[in-house]
Amino acid sequence: MTGTGNLGIRAQVLLWAAQRMSAAVLAVCVLIHLATVIYAVRNGLSAAEILGRTRGNASWAMFYTLFVLVIAVHAPIGLRNVLSETFNWRGRSLEMTVLVIGFALAIWGFRAVYAVFAY
Amino acid sequence: MDLKVRVWRGKEHGAFTTYDVRREESQTVLDVVVYIQRHLEPSLSYRYACRVGMCGSCAMNVNGVARWTCRTHVSKVTSANTLEIAPLPNFPVIKDLATDMRDFFDKWARARGQFHGTRTRSDDCASVPPSTPQRLAADAGIECIGCGICYASCDVVTWRPNFLGPAALNRAWTLVNDVRDGARVERLRAVAGDAGCHACHSHMSCTERCPKQISPTAAIAGLKRAAAIAALKGEI
Repeated sequence: MTGTGNLGIRAQVLLWAAQRMSAAVLAVCVLIHLATVIYAVRNGLSAAEILGRTRGNASWAMFYTLFVLVIAVHAPIGLRNVLSETFNWRGRSLEMTVLVIGFALAIWGFRAVYAVFAY
Repeated sequence: MDLKVRVWRGKEHGAFTTYDVRREESQTVLDVVVYIQRHLEPSLSYRYACRVGMCGSCAMNVNGVARWTCRTHVSKVTSANTLEIAPLPNFPVIKDLATDMRDFFDKWARARGQFHGTRTRSDDCASVPPSTPQRLAADAGIECIGCGICYASCDVVTWRPNFLGPAALNRAWTLVNDVRDGARVERLRAVAGDAGCHACHSHMSCTERCPKQISPTAAIAGLKRAAAIAALKGEI
């Protein structure tokens, strides 16, 4: 076995697969997000005007919910690799740290989605 | 005009010593090292055997790049008549230019680099058509001479000392594609995960520097796919 830390080999491989798949979704999400931002503010928009357009818009709410979800999957896995390789950090403390970061990203992201899209 | 050759002397700690070596036509880096040892510094330690690019024992870091010294002409690596010759990075130094390759080859074993046949002596020989995709994939990696240049050039080996490395993974990939082999799942389990193929960043230094023009990066990508599919199926 070549595993390190507490995760089994299958879990390590599935994390890798999850990161690849979330990356594919993220690539599309980021493009749509940037294009929308550039399009929406081209003539200048106030916060109130933005909220007027976003609140109650179910499709955009679903899009950004998906965006937040894939970020919460993708970022902690990548961070796990970065921390492991930079600080030679392995094991349960690393897994728990990135798990907490993943949950934090999801909570902050969903809070933002709620604030922008909920009535 | 003489070559100014800086050669590493010592172990992990040491220093470069400069030697003047006469410039010759068609001179290889190994010629330079041999000249220094025979005429200038009899205690210089280094390793070589075949001198023709078959044995994989003479690799050194030449002007900052890992190379097979027997097949590297001095004219290819310097235009300024200066050479810096150091032991391969990512390997413990035994003395001077000789490195300890035990970890490197132990990792081949850890990656299940051994062939596991499934036939007995009473069976017929296996027929493997040369044009099948598996045979082509195995052919692409089979000429590895175990010189360690890929391993010395790999950033991930530096960052994760337990990473199996490009050569061991390339070997595993040739066996994963060997239709006669019966240890596919065990091998995928051995090469998958954080210390195996999934740690590779695809920097491709191994592929760029392999003197046999093998692409361990392609082998590793193949292993990543095969292991991911096996993990999703629950085989590993």
